[in-house]
Amino acid sequence: MKIKKHIAISDSGVIFNGATGDSFSLNPIAGEIINLIKADQSEDQIKHVIMDKYDVDAERMEGDLYDFFSHLRQLNLLESEE
Amino acid sequence: MKNRKELTIAVTALNAHDNPGPGVGVIRSLRDSSDFKFKIIGLSYETMEPGAYLHDLVDITYQVPYPSAGSEPLLERLLYINSIEKMDLIIPNFDAELRNYIKISSSLEQHGIKTFLPSIDMLTKLDKTNLYEFCRENNMLTPKTLLLNSIEKIDTLDEEFDFPVYVKGTFYEAYKALNKDQVKTYFAKLSAKWGLPVLIQESIEGIEINIAGLGDGNGGTIGAIPLRKLYITDRGKGWSGVVLSDPTLIEITKRFISTTNWRGGFELEYVRTSDDKLMLLEINPRFPAWIYAATAAGQNMPEALVKLAINNSTTPYEKYQDGKMFIRYAWELITDISEFQKFSTQGVL
Repeated sequence: MKIKKHIAISDSGVIFNGATGDSFSLNPIAGEIINLIKADQSEDQIKHVIMDKYDVDAERMEGDLYDFFSHLRQLNLLESEE
Repeated sequence: MKNRKELTIAVTALNAHDNPGPGVGVIRSLRDSSDFKFKIIGLSYETMEPGAYLHDLVDITYQVPYPSAGSEPLLERLLYINSIEKMDLIIPNFDAELRNYIKISSSLEQHGIKTFLPSIDMLTKLDKTNLYEFCRENNMLTPKTLLLNSIEKIDTLDEEFDFPVYVKGTFYEAYKALNKDQVKTYFAKLSAKWGLPVLIQESIEGIEINIAGLGDGNGGTIGAIPLRKLYITDRGKGWSGVVLSDPTLIEITKRFISTTNWRGGFELEYVRTSDDKLMLLEINPRFPAWIYAATAAGQNMPEALVKLAINNSTTPYEKYQDGKMFIRYAWELITDISEFQKFSTQGVL
């Protein structure tokens, strides 16, 4: 999973898609996940980082995480996978 | 600071109001030049064009005859101005005046005044009435367009178009019509104001993307900056926008320039549809009013146009910074009635 080349993420937690001009604001955890994607972490690795850091039910976290990934795909922010 | 070459440049379209002309943006770009020091001569049609009163941008402004007066009175006035100012170059920025300037360009050149404009043929080929055909010939997507020369044809319009449609004047103005009655109303209004034909254009929903560009006249691209309009006024004017990085937009601009050998500044107006198709709505044969945003993004195309006109060459821009954004604002320029009186009576400010 990779963030598209023309996507910039500001320190204030806003995604700017330079190809379309769209902007989206991120809450702090969404920002953390985006930074993990940018650091080339796999979905499993991201899951573990979040589980280690937050007191959260594994099943619920997994569901939320996949919703978030699918939202990123819908918004055309991720490179399409081979 | 390096020794900058001094040039006198005349610029039109100083109407920096709610339907802004590109003149002030062009001048701001020229003022940013590190290679030239410019004396800027404003050329204005009306006494309340704000640029004429922006004395830190425009050194002196002269009134010129309206485009409808034709090319001869314009040439006469410009040669008078030249006898005082010794102009090196004129950058016209209004669609409606371009034909006059192209017609007199060789006479101006004989008096040492350069221009850098497309040919009349190219202008005609790409104007609103011929754009549909041009796009079809060159495999470019554009909304279906019909030229209306009489009101009777409107009765059968629904055989060819779904409503709403856009009704457009041959030079300026466009209205969205929801049914045939509205088309008739707008047809009458636009044909009375701008003449025939009136254009009927399929309505395409999507994101408005505009591209400012500069062609060298030999098929080469000197600059190209795409921008998405973020806020559009009810007059259809972009009030804010952001510079985009999409390489597809640069490629289509390069293709446009190499196909047409475009000479001078221009603006391509596109809509990107929800299925990611780019439909060309219009080509404006001059820089857009937001050209200073392109300069701020790293491509000073007005300055590059000066280099093309004066030196016959310039280095093409390859890069720019996306994410540069402009927000237009309204601002009261305070002047004195004496300035207005002087401009109204003497035609110079």
